[in-house]
Amino acid sequence: MKTVRIDAKDMHYTPLNQKIRAAVADGAEEIILDNVLGQRFIGDGVRGNTRIIINGVPGGDLGMFMSGPTCIIHGNAEHAPGNTMDSGMLVIHGSAGDAVAHSMRGGKVFVRNNIGYRGGIHMKQYEVDVRPVLVVGGTAHSFLGEYMAGGLVLVLGIGKEKSMTDRGIGSGIHGGEIIIRGEVDDYLLGVGAKKFEFTEADLERIAPIIKSFCEQFGYDPAEFLDTNYTRIGPASSRPFASKYVWE
Amino acid sequence: MTLGSVPPKFKVSIDRDQCMDCGRCIENCSYGVYRREGDKILIESRKCTACLRCVAMCPRDAINITEKPIDYRSHPVWTREAREDIINQARSGKIILSGMGNARDLPIIYDRLLLDACQVTNPSIDPLREPMELRTYIGKKPSKLKLRKTESGDVELETKLAPNLKLDTPIMIGHMSFGAISLNSQLSMAKAVAETGTFMGTGEGGLHKKLYPYQDHMIVQVASGRFGVNIDYLERGAAIEIKIGQGAKPGIGGHLPGEKVNEEVSKTRMIPLGSDAISPAPHHDIYSIEDLVQLIRSLKEATEWKKPVFVKIAAVHNVASIAAGIARSSADAVVIDGFRGGTGAAPKVFRDHVGIPIEAAIASVDQKLREQGVRNEISIIASGGIRNSADLAKSIALGADSVYIGTAALVALGCRVCGNCYRNLCPWGIATQRPDLVSRLDPEAGAAQVSNLIHGWTLELSELMGAAGINSIESLRGNRDRLRGYMLDEGMLKILDVKPAGA
Repeated sequence: MKTVRIDAKDMHYTPLNQKIRAAVADGAEEIILDNVLGQRFIGDGVRGNTRIIINGVPGGDLGMFMSGPTCIIHGNAEHAPGNTMDSGMLVIHGSAGDAVAHSMRGGKVFVRNNIGYRGGIHMKQYEVDVRPVLVVGGTAHSFLGEYMAGGLVLVLGIGKEKSMTDRGIGSGIHGGEIIIRGEVDDYLLGVGAKKFEFTEADLERIAPIIKSFCEQFGYDPAEFLDTNYTRIGPASSRPFASKYVWE
Repeated sequence: MTLGSVPPKFKVSIDRDQCMDCGRCIENCSYGVYRREGDKILIESRKCTACLRCVAMCPRDAINITEKPIDYRSHPVWTREAREDIINQARSGKIILSGMGNARDLPIIYDRLLLDACQVTNPSIDPLREPMELRTYIGKKPSKLKLRKTESGDVELETKLAPNLKLDTPIMIGHMSFGAISLNSQLSMAKAVAETGTFMGTGEGGLHKKLYPYQDHMIVQVASGRFGVNIDYLERGAAIEIKIGQGAKPGIGGHLPGEKVNEEVSKTRMIPLGSDAISPAPHHDIYSIEDLVQLIRSLKEATEWKKPVFVKIAAVHNVASIAAGIARSSADAVVIDGFRGGTGAAPKVFRDHVGIPIEAAIASVDQKLREQGVRNEISIIASGGIRNSADLAKSIALGADSVYIGTAALVALGCRVCGNCYRNLCPWGIATQRPDLVSRLDPEAGAAQVSNLIHGWTLELSELMGAAGINSIESLRGNRDRLRGYMLDEGMLKILDVKPAGA
């Protein structure tokens, strides 16, 4: 395997991204970034199947507009990793900030620990096979899946008494689904969000995603393969259809 | 319902002596005004929107349409509109939706600004005989140039220039999305801008593959819904525009109704078929001016700093300070959309009451940027109600680099400003996705019309400049001494930094 190692110490994000692009263009299958400390936009708009290993804490908008690569982050991530991402994967061995997977259209974002506010906001799905997935091992702050138009947000609540304790879940959701381990109190649901029964068929559907998440972080998937989930979806796919009248 | 019906807005009649009973009115009216019963064409006036498609297609000029055929008791406060809006909302309890731009009869500042011309003491220039420089560059300009002498004695530019758009005329076409308007409308305009050496915006509707041949003349938009946005889209555009706000509806997002999301629209926007396409009011990754910097730079990083990035805002009260913030945010141009800017659909209360006039916004933004010494950092693109070359010349004299036209380009395609764009029934094939209606607009003919309009305005602008003794667009830009205010109050003259007529 062709591996390229880049020391990001004290490097601005533009030259760092230039080096990443050059390595991708040069056919690198794996790029290892050491000493990453707050550089934004890592992997921004990068195409291909390269694996990018990030040692350190990347800055905001990690993997923005990314189309293909897999980024393994050994550390926390700042806000909006996976912003408007098209395809590929982010595996964060830590926590991430606000607006994780903002407007993501495809690909996967796996966060081992917790995420901030507005996770999965305006995530959208286009075709059946282009379905964005955000999985959070721990918990999320308020407005999880706000304005969501498609895709899947899964919160496992590992190590938590309750998976979700923050409000506004699925506020303004008009597509996609939010699946949360265990019970979710009604008062935590946002406007336009509705609880649905989580069935065996749902479990079958998400089982590959659970297994894939567990594989990344060394969990035993058997622990999560039951129907003890709450499924939250839109009350309507046309939330504004009855709001207007013609002049 | 105790309210009954309100009087019809229009009265349609056919001069039966003229009518040859060809039925073109029936075929052409998508609103269903006409129908045939037996050997007679019957009329249902209430359905008429005054789009004038039937009038345009009637071979005998047999159709007459009159507005407001029934009068209410006249009243200066309780106008017809005030009464009808109340009746509409008493029935529905909903937000009133409207199309096109601000429909209130507020004074137009452009009409109260007059242009200058040379007489005796300074010679005018004849653009027929002398070169008239209209070429406009949109983007950052360096504050100074550093030059280097090479060994061979040549002079080389050392300063690294930021990417700019090169316009042959300072007229661009603003952002109207595929979804809001038809593909044939976009194609017509794309062909026209390619031919006239200028640019047009995609709107937040993605870039349809049929527009790829014109991509070097397209400005791709990134708005809060991020519809159609991926790396391929960003790389195709000649420039990228972040839409923060729109003059017709400042402060709110957009909702493309599910009915308009057909297969092509769904593919191009990359959204599900038939579901509402909701653009939230804010970008949810921009909650501050610092976040705007982050989005601009993310777009520049994604496209390797090869594309200029514009930021479009609605002209609102503090537009000058907002633009000054944008000028420091790595943006290459700020687009200011005045309160007369058009739209496919906006809540009427926003369209008619929110925002400020573009004329005042251009002047205050240009002034503020000059005061702060950052005018070279950013170009100003003005839009929202530019109707003719005089509005164009006045916009530039007030400080704009270029304008965006929207409604004017649609009128060149056939639009008669009936304002029913949100109904998907546009009989001109413009604001509709219905295939039979869209096919009425031939992109070749449409392109010729839009291109004619741009040519016409460009010729007029050259003449106006020549008459004023100006042979380069740079000498007109921000040249407020070539404007005089007529019947404008002192406060407005001060904002515009224009002297009153006679002074």
